[in-house]
Amino acid sequence: MKIPIELIRIVVALVAVMAWVGLNALLLVYCERKYAGHIQRRPGPFEVGPHGIIQPLIDGLKLMAKQLLMPDGADAILFWLAPILSMIPVLLLFLCIPYSPLLTGWEVNLGLLLILAFAGLNVLALLLAGWGSNNKWGLLGAARAVSQSVAYEIPLLLAVLAIAFQTGTLNLTEIVNGQGSWPWQWNIIVQPLAFLIYFTSILGETNRAPFDLPEAESELTAGFHTEYSSMGFGLFFMAEYANMVVVCSVATVLFLGGWKGPFFDGWWWFLAKTYVLLFVMIWLRWTYPRVRFDQLLNINWKWLLPLAVANLLGTAFLMKVFA
Amino acid sequence: MNAIRKNVIQPIIDLWSLIVGLKVTGKYFCQRHVTVHYPRKIIPAELTDTFAGHIELIPSAKDPTIPKCISCMMCATNCPSNCIKVLKQKAPKVSPEQEKEWAEAEARGEKVKRPKAPKNPAKFSYDYSLCSLCGTCIENCPVSSLRFSHDIYIVATDRKELTMDLLARLARQAEAQAGKPADRAPGVLEQAAEAGQEASAKEA
Repeated sequence: MKIPIELIRIVVALVAVMAWVGLNALLLVYCERKYAGHIQRRPGPFEVGPHGIIQPLIDGLKLMAKQLLMPDGADAILFWLAPILSMIPVLLLFLCIPYSPLLTGWEVNLGLLLILAFAGLNVLALLLAGWGSNNKWGLLGAARAVSQSVAYEIPLLLAVLAIAFQTGTLNLTEIVNGQGSWPWQWNIIVQPLAFLIYFTSILGETNRAPFDLPEAESELTAGFHTEYSSMGFGLFFMAEYANMVVVCSVATVLFLGGWKGPFFDGWWWFLAKTYVLLFVMIWLRWTYPRVRFDQLLNINWKWLLPLAVANLLGTAFLMKVFA
Repeated sequence: MNAIRKNVIQPIIDLWSLIVGLKVTGKYFCQRHVTVHYPRKIIPAELTDTFAGHIELIPSAKDPTIPKCISCMMCATNCPSNCIKVLKQKAPKVSPEQEKEWAEAEARGEKVKRPKAPKNPAKFSYDYSLCSLCGTCIENCPVSSLRFSHDIYIVATDRKELTMDLLARLARQAEAQAGKPADRAPGVLEQAAEAGQEASAKEA
C-alpha cells in the first residue's frame, strides 16, 4: 500500500500547527500581560524566570493540574463538546495559511473561503458553551457572542470580498503573489478602507476589547466560559489567541503582502507583520473602554456595513471599467 | 447640510479621539515603569513618612533609649481595643538601716530626700493584632510620647509576633541611630543624647 505524499504533508503540517498554536498561546499571553503592564507603567509578570518569561508556561501547568468541574443541571454533551469545537477548526484554519511558498500546510484553491467558513464555527462553540453550562452569565454571554459575531461577520466578508474582486482569486498564495515586496505595492495602499473595516471587524469577531462583550469580566464574570475550569477554560483561551493569530495572518496575506517584504522575502516578514498587527490589537485592548451593546451594533450596522458595501461596489465598478 | 455635518462629518472628526487615546497609552508604554521591585529595592524613606503604622514611643531629650512616657496610663485607659499594657516602675527598695537613718534625720529636723519611683515605664507592651490605629492613645498622651511609626514593612507569620515590646524597639532604634556613620551634622536628638551622656559621666 502506498501512502499518498499529500496525506503525509498534511499530517506533518497538522502536528506543526498544533505545536505552533500552543507556542503562540504562551507567547501571546506573555506579550499581552507585558504590554498591559508597560502601558500601565508597571512591569507585568516579572518573578518567574528572567523578566517572567516562563510565567505563561507555569500558568498553563497550573490550569492542567486543576479539576474539571461541571455545574449541576448542565447539558453534559454540549458542555464538553463546546471547548473541543472551539479548538478543532482553528487547526484547520492554520493549515491553509501560507507562511511562505514552502511553508504552506495545505495549498487550497479556495483558502480564503475555507478560513472564513470554518472561523464561523467558533460562534457555535460559544453558543453551546453558554447554553450548555446552565448559567445566566453564560447564557447572556453566548447571546451576545452570537449577535455580535453574526453582525461583524458581514462587513468582514464584504471587506475581504473587495480584495477577492480585485485579485480575482480566493487562493491565499496567489493573493500574496499579486502583491510586491515594497509597502507601496501592497493591497493596503489600494484598499485602505477595506483594511480598516476588516481590522475593526476582527476585533468584534475575536471578542477582543473594546468589543469583548461576550466575556465582559466586569458585567458577566467571564461570560460564556464562566463555568469552565481547568483545560476546559484553557481550550477556549487557546482558541481565542489562535483565532487572533489567524485573523491577523489573513490580514497580512490580504493587505500587507504576506511573506513579501523589502530585501528578503520569507516567513520572517510574515511573522513580523502578523505580530505587529497582534501588538496593535493588544494595544487597542488596553487603551479603549468596552463599548455598550447598542453602540457595538450601531458601529456595525450604521457604519461598517454601509462603508463596506460602498467600498465593494466602488471596487467592482473600477474593476469593470479599468480591468 | 447641518444634518450631514452632524451625522457624517462630526463622527469622522471624532475618530481622532481614538488616535489620541492610542498616543497616550503608547507614550506610557515607552516610559519607564514606576513599580519598585520590593525585596530587591525599597522606596526612599521620605515616601514612607506619611504612613501611619503601628504606634511607637518617642525618646526623651536626655536619653534616646528612654521614652518621654511618664506611665500615666492615659493611653492604656483610653484605648478602645485594650491593646496597650503599661507597667509602672516600682520605687527602689530601701534597707531597714537606711530607713532608720532617714527617720532619725527627720526626727532631728533635717530634710530627707527619699528615692521616688522613676516615672518612665518598666514595660510597655502593645498588641498590633488588636489595634485599630484610631490614634486615641496618641491624642491623649499628656507628654506626647507616642506617635505612629512609618514602618511599612512589618510582617508576621504568627499572631504572637504582633505583640511588641515598644521599649525594646526604642532601644533598638537608639542603637541603630548610634551605629550610623556621622555623615551629617548631629540632629537635636543626638545632641541631646550626647549632653545627657556627659552629664551622667560627670555625676559618676
